[in-house]
Amino acid sequence: MLIRKAPDLRYSDVTPKSVYLRRREFIQAAAGAAAGAAVALSPFGGARAQAQAQGRAKLANVKKSPLSTTEKVNPYEDITGYNNFYEFGTDKDDPQRNAQKFVTRPWTIKVEGLVKAPATIDIDSFIKPYALEERIYRLRCVEAWSMVIPWVGFPLADVIKRLEPQPSAKFVEFTTLLDAKQMAGQRLPVLEWPYVEGLRMDEAMHPLAMLVVGLYGEVLPNQNGAPIRLVVPWKYGFKGIKSIVRIRFTDKQPRTSWEIANPREYGFYANVNPTVDHPRWSQASERRLGEFFRKKTLMFNGYDQVASLYSGLDLRRNY
Amino acid sequence: MKSFVIFRRVIFAAALIPAVALIYWVFTGDTGPNPIDFITDTTGTTALTFLILTLTVTPLRRITARNELIKLRRMLGLFAFFYACLHMLTWSVLDWFFDWASMADDIVKRPFITLGMTTFLLLLPLAITSTAGWIRRLGRKWTQLHRLVYLAAFTAVIHFWWVVKADFREPRLWALALSVLLGFRAWWTLRARFSPS
Repeated sequence: MLIRKAPDLRYSDVTPKSVYLRRREFIQAAAGAAAGAAVALSPFGGARAQAQAQGRAKLANVKKSPLSTTEKVNPYEDITGYNNFYEFGTDKDDPQRNAQKFVTRPWTIKVEGLVKAPATIDIDSFIKPYALEERIYRLRCVEAWSMVIPWVGFPLADVIKRLEPQPSAKFVEFTTLLDAKQMAGQRLPVLEWPYVEGLRMDEAMHPLAMLVVGLYGEVLPNQNGAPIRLVVPWKYGFKGIKSIVRIRFTDKQPRTSWEIANPREYGFYANVNPTVDHPRWSQASERRLGEFFRKKTLMFNGYDQVASLYSGLDLRRNY
Repeated sequence: MKSFVIFRRVIFAAALIPAVALIYWVFTGDTGPNPIDFITDTTGTTALTFLILTLTVTPLRRITARNELIKLRRMLGLFAFFYACLHMLTWSVLDWFFDWASMADDIVKRPFITLGMTTFLLLLPLAITSTAGWIRRLGRKWTQLHRLVYLAAFTAVIHFWWVVKADFREPRLWALALSVLLGFRAWWTLRARFSPS
């Protein structure tokens, strides 16, 4: 079953025991395959224990959102131990190791460009006006794996309305902190630093797009993009820029980091789209972390409500 | 001579360490949140390591003038093939679970998979003809056939290069190692051809 019918998903649903039991199921399925049996018969990490909530700060007054999926949430350990955050290293387990001492206070966000009042805003006053909500979203990485993640944050649309961009603003551009002292990955020319991402204004105003400051009801861990990051669930994960220090409103389509690195493979839109092939990964299916069998990838990652944003746009060319 | 037999056994045991470690990690759950990816990476990197080690035997033998080293070559080559098989099995069983259509699609459409498969198909006849019987039967042709290993090493390095998204440090090192190893051979061949004998 892909979708659980439980009306409300609680963290008790992701206890190590249930993970362990679920894994057993597909081990049995895999056992049918004689070839590679020694490898296939694995507990697949079933013995890993859930990380203890030591020194992790709980966020107060977090409301549940009706936009949440009821699918099984990935364990905290997966979400915080398997990250693409090249500023802290290019291996999946690098960010967890290298971001521990990352300083997220004091932190300011520069608002600039085609906006009513350009300003530099302290992170806490930036967040303060908004009610925090928890949204359990699917995350689909362009590398053909996916997770289900309980983010905590607020709609990007609310922020934009408050900042009052000028009518001429057609795009919003985000920039990650540039600080090679703290972010060792920036000392290597892996990508053009700092990381830049962007959205068309109507995409940014869509109710699903959110700015995230928390995870699993707690303050966002550094390796997941603390203190504040973007989450756009119908797009590939790399659109979700982390550790944002600048929001700029512009009339030109921003040149985004991955687009600069490899324009043939990564486009500005980067909508999850099983029908547009990527030179490296089949985008028709994905592996949900914790599951053995691949599952079909859904158009817009299953968030069909965004389809109207792209009517008339050739998604094959604007990948 | 006896010490070399022991040395060879030690190398054999050491060559099994990656496989044993992998099985151990799989059972202790130390393969991370994406075990299939981890197994794919580990078997692939190990296969490439042994392929490059196989190519170091001849230069090492010439430089050190220790001819017995040649006895390591087949063993290392077969280990490269062994890990390449595990890598292939991981892909076809764990990653795709015998979804032949998707695998065929991958081979045709994804250049790095095309090269991975090419590498495997190049290594296959070399593994088959590695026995004493085949060496005798093929004679001079055996040497010619087994030059395919140079091509296989080349396609293996490019396969790795193309799977990497942006951080090319590791594939660059493999390319450098292969260039040095092939460079030795090119130099010796040229010198043999042009030196007055």
